Amino acid sequence: MNSRPACDIEALADDAWLLRLGDRIDPELNAAVHAMAARLRALEPPWLRDVVPAFASLAVFFDADEDPARVHAKLLALLDDEPGASHAQATAAAGDVEIPVLYGGEYGPDLESSAAELGLSPQALIERHAAGDYTVAMIGFAPGFPYLSGLDPALALPRLATPRASVAAGSVAIGGAQTGIYPRESPGGWRVIGRTPWMLFDPRREPPARLHPGDRVRFVAIDADEFARLTDAQDAAS
Amino acid sequence: MRNLHVLSAGLQTTVQDRGRSGWRHLGVAHAGALDADAARLANRLVGNPLDAAVLELTLRGPTLRLDAPSRIALTGATASARFEGERVPSGRPVDLPAGTLEIGSLRGGARAWLAIDGGIDVATVLGSRSTDLRGGFGGWQGRALRAGDVLPLGVGLRLDTDTPHAPAWWIDPAHDSHEPIRYRPSAHPAATALARRGWNVSASSNRQGLRLQGLALASPGGDGVSEPVAPGTIQLPADGCPIVLLADAQTVGGYTKLGHVIAADLPRLAQCVPGQPLHFAPVDGATAYRLACAARTRIARIGVMIDARLAAV
Repeated sequence: MNSRPACDIEALADDAWLLRLGDRIDPELNAAVHAMAARLRALEPPWLRDVVPAFASLAVFFDADEDPARVHAKLLALLDDEPGASHAQATAAAGDVEIPVLYGGEYGPDLESSAAELGLSPQALIERHAAGDYTVAMIGFAPGFPYLSGLDPALALPRLATPRASVAAGSVAIGGAQTGIYPRESPGGWRVIGRTPWMLFDPRREPPARLHPGDRVRFVAIDADEFARLTDAQDAAS
Repeated sequence: MRNLHVLSAGLQTTVQDRGRSGWRHLGVAHAGALDADAARLANRLVGNPLDAAVLELTLRGPTLRLDAPSRIALTGATASARFEGERVPSGRPVDLPAGTLEIGSLRGGARAWLAIDGGIDVATVLGSRSTDLRGGFGGWQGRALRAGDVLPLGVGLRLDTDTPHAPAWWIDPAHDSHEPIRYRPSAHPAATALARRGWNVSASSNRQGLRLQGLALASPGGDGVSEPVAPGTIQLPADGCPIVLLADAQTVGGYTKLGHVIAADLPRLAQCVPGQPLHFAPVDGATAYRLACAARTRIARIGVMIDARLAAV
């Protein structure tokens, strides 16, 4: 790790540069994105307003009063300086989060059909989903919605032909080769296999999101009693 | 304490300030007044801090009851506003006693901003009072106003007036609506073709995006790998009809990018009405920066003029 990964830089807006490291969904590329994001955040240049990592690219938003050409030059200088340690920095910055999930039943309306489509028993689908080591590849679609990479390829499922008009908040779902969690009730086309009692995004909380880009995530299967207990505990805390 | 009573809400009236920055990595949109300069000038006219919350009005404004004397200012598209039947002019500070302010329809644009002395005193959420309509937070209960809402106003000028009063001067920071919208094209082959066709603003446009109708561009179809997007990003979905993202747009997207509308021209997009013809012209980065600086200077100059006029009263 003694040089920065090759990347294209293009203008995303008059106050943002887009750094593109690749054009595919790949764990190593995504790790490099998070490493670069962690490094920029740690350096904290005064013109920096936000670093937005995605699968294979990241956006660097800067003070709109700055000359974009000068920020571009400073950005290149920052990325070329202080090589190394960037992956370690990203690893240190990322959190480890265990997310409790009640799989199946009314909270996982697509569990049985999904398992049948994959040629698995519902229990086997739960076990394999909960056995995965996931990474928050990016957050998007809605505030706090984590796109999790690391899904067992044998569990990949196409999205529903007709998206649901309403998916409950906390729904844990599979969409293509990824898994994710709906932070808020919204329309959605992913296969819902369970639900977490956790509120993933609350704008009145500090920090507002439970999960951050680059975090490592594991799912822990819980039963209905535990779901109710955790829901009550959370309501009492908020 | 003064309150603002919403008697009728208008088409889409929201509480906005300069918006949220620094939270896009968590999927939080920018929100904020679609023309931040116009909102800022409205605040300046009533003596507010420039980041005080104002109301953004869309096509048809609300009817509001003020329960105490207040100073108001309207900027943006011209409103046919009346206070207890008497015409209320735009672009200047207007002192009003308690009573009913009917904004009515907007002319010559899609949006106007209404500032009231003291500002709309809603809670700050993630550093802003702006309404995040998709996220359902910020502003007034995370949604557009409805009849029956009662919004608190901050401590303002404590006016004591029993007749409406407006000065004879006004500001007119109107944009030239006939010039093409300038954009920085991306490297995509279809990026320059955008400027060679005429477009119309679709009626399905909203604060998330301005949808364009016209002869469809060749689109690669389907989604690519999602990347960050920003207000101003020009997306090309599978149907070949571009979408220009606005302040409420989501933070990542998989559509092909044709480039972005430059900062100096973003406020003009706020005024696009359904059916309006629209043209685009490509510019380079240096031009975009020069135009952004020129726009800032122009707004600063209007601000200085406002302060001079207010001081002369």
